[in-house]
Amino acid sequence: MSDISKDDLIDFIYAEARMLDEGHYDDWLKLWIPDGHYWMPLDYKQDDPLFVTSLMYEDMFMLKLRVERLNGARTFSQKPKSRCHHVIQRPFVDKLDNKEGHYVTNTSMHYVETRLDEQFLLALTATHELKRIKGSLRIANKRVDLLNSDAAFGNIQLLP
Amino acid sequence: MLETRLTLKAEDIDSMVQGYQVHRDVYTSNEVYQLEMRHLFANTWVFVGHESQTPKQGDYFTTQIGNQPVIQVRHTDNGVKVLHNRCPHKGTKIALDREGNTGKFFRCPYHAWSFKTDGCLLAIPLKNGYEGTGLDKNENSKGMKAVGAVKNYRGFIFARLAKEGIDFEEFFLDSLSSIDNMVDRSPAGKLEVAGPPLRYMHKCNWKMLVENQTDTCHPMVAHESSAGTAKKIWKKLGSPKPQPPAMQIIAPFMSPYAFFEDMGIRTWPNGHGHTGVNHSIHSDYSAIPGYFEAMSKAYGESRAKSILDENRHNTIYFPSIMVKGPIQQLRNFIPLSPDKTLVESYIYRLIDAPDELLARTAMYNRMINAPTSIVGHDDLEMYERAQEGLMSDGIEWVNLQRLYPGKEEDFSKEAVENGTTERQMRNQFDAWRRFMTTTMPQSTVSAIEAAE
Ligand SMILES: [Fe+2]
Repeated sequence: MSDISKDDLIDFIYAEARMLDEGHYDDWLKLWIPDGHYWMPLDYKQDDPLFVTSLMYEDMFMLKLRVERLNGARTFSQKPKSRCHHVIQRPFVDKLDNKEGHYVTNTSMHYVETRLDEQFLLALTATHELKRIKGSLRIANKRVDLLNSDAAFGNIQLLP
Repeated sequence: MLETRLTLKAEDIDSMVQGYQVHRDVYTSNEVYQLEMRHLFANTWVFVGHESQTPKQGDYFTTQIGNQPVIQVRHTDNGVKVLHNRCPHKGTKIALDREGNTGKFFRCPYHAWSFKTDGCLLAIPLKNGYEGTGLDKNENSKGMKAVGAVKNYRGFIFARLAKEGIDFEEFFLDSLSSIDNMVDRSPAGKLEVAGPPLRYMHKCNWKMLVENQTDTCHPMVAHESSAGTAKKIWKKLGSPKPQPPAMQIIAPFMSPYAFFEDMGIRTWPNGHGHTGVNHSIHSDYSAIPGYFEAMSKAYGESRAKSILDENRHNTIYFPSIMVKGPIQQLRNFIPLSPDKTLVESYIYRLIDAPDELLARTAMYNRMINAPTSIVGHDDLEMYERAQEGLMSDGIEWVNLQRLYPGKEEDFSKEAVENGTTERQMRNQFDAWRRFMTTTMPQSTVSAIEAAE
């Protein structure tokens, strides 16, 4: 089985951001392994996803629900639809283990979301834990640390 | 000073609440908001925090009662004090952090005036500069101002800003049974705050959020997008058991009208009330191994059973919090302006209960009450579009007439009614009107009439 290179990892992170910006959620869901979790902590440097509140700690069922809801006929908070935009810095590759097929990247991003006359910016760091499954990369876990995670927000409806 | 510029009189406020309807000014007017802060939030008992947020002497946390910045602090006598967060000198906030420990005294970061943790003035640097100036005759020399009254009820700290006013027990009456039930669910009879609250900003009036807590005719409509879609996906997956957590927590929002009608609503005097008299969306949560055993050991089996059989849904403690006993959650609706409300959603750990209960509570909080929650998105959209729609001059009155008896209601006695009634919203406005106007001036006309 061919090795995953540093470039492969970086391309993967860029491709994921593009899927989210273009709203290709079916493709995006296929990036995940079935027991993966999308975690967005509430507290700065939070280390516990379970026994204190997070902004998100979602399994595949929740993520599926989240993206399917966006297109529902009676999803009033998406009339009109939100749009989002990721500007990402070149990811750091913090772990590249081809023997185990296990990889970790750390990526700084500016995330912009807009709907109606409102637009907001979130600065964040995304940590991806990736696994090689049958030769291709999959997301095992994704952690999104908002720089201002402890601030009061209005609706954040799409996915940073 | 500001009061002299506020022109509304008590009878104007009275005229905004008419049994089954309220004038939209109660949600949109800046003057009404100012009066709410000055009268309603001063005359009632408002939630501040939980004692476990300030466990040790000198521990403090900063928050707001309405628009008033306050500090909750553990004094050297171990009591919890609530002080206005304002230096009596030039007004700088004394505590700047969200939380911390100040030791035995507070020190103003601007000119180093210092105060005991009950607010009393301790020292002023270069004090001889005030000799003979008459400073000692001003209230500024007395230290940080404490709120009018504080009550620690089973760990929950409430404050009344006004010095004089209704007693704590007289204000809350039997509604305290919901807090009792939440605390009794701990085998040790004790709760502890679990982490910081979610902070969710809403561009709408605070009363919309409070009303929505007992609005049982909206879930199957406004939450169809989240709860309905959850059910659809689950079926498509072949209805797997055990259900995914999202199904247990979100899907019950799609329950039919009959479920909510049968659930029942109880109202207490002074604006308090709750949904889920007979059952609720929290009734069918799966049991957690070891929990009932721990409860039985602490309370005996029959008392444990009666504590856990109570499945109240949302309890409103008027004016501005909602408590969910079965999942140990409290939401604080903090009014920042007529069209801006900060919602802080806290969760609590049941001391001596299995951790799985806390995990479910944390999950509920993030799934339903986070700014990233799809259920939250459904609700916020309704409130914010209502705030905009109310600017329409087409109709000036907001209707609260569902299951209105057709004549003036008596809110001075506890009542249990059909779970889809809007009586609890009317009950809130009855209390709103009374606690707004008790300390407001009457118009000159009626003052003259009263004198005659
Ligand atoms: Fe709702």
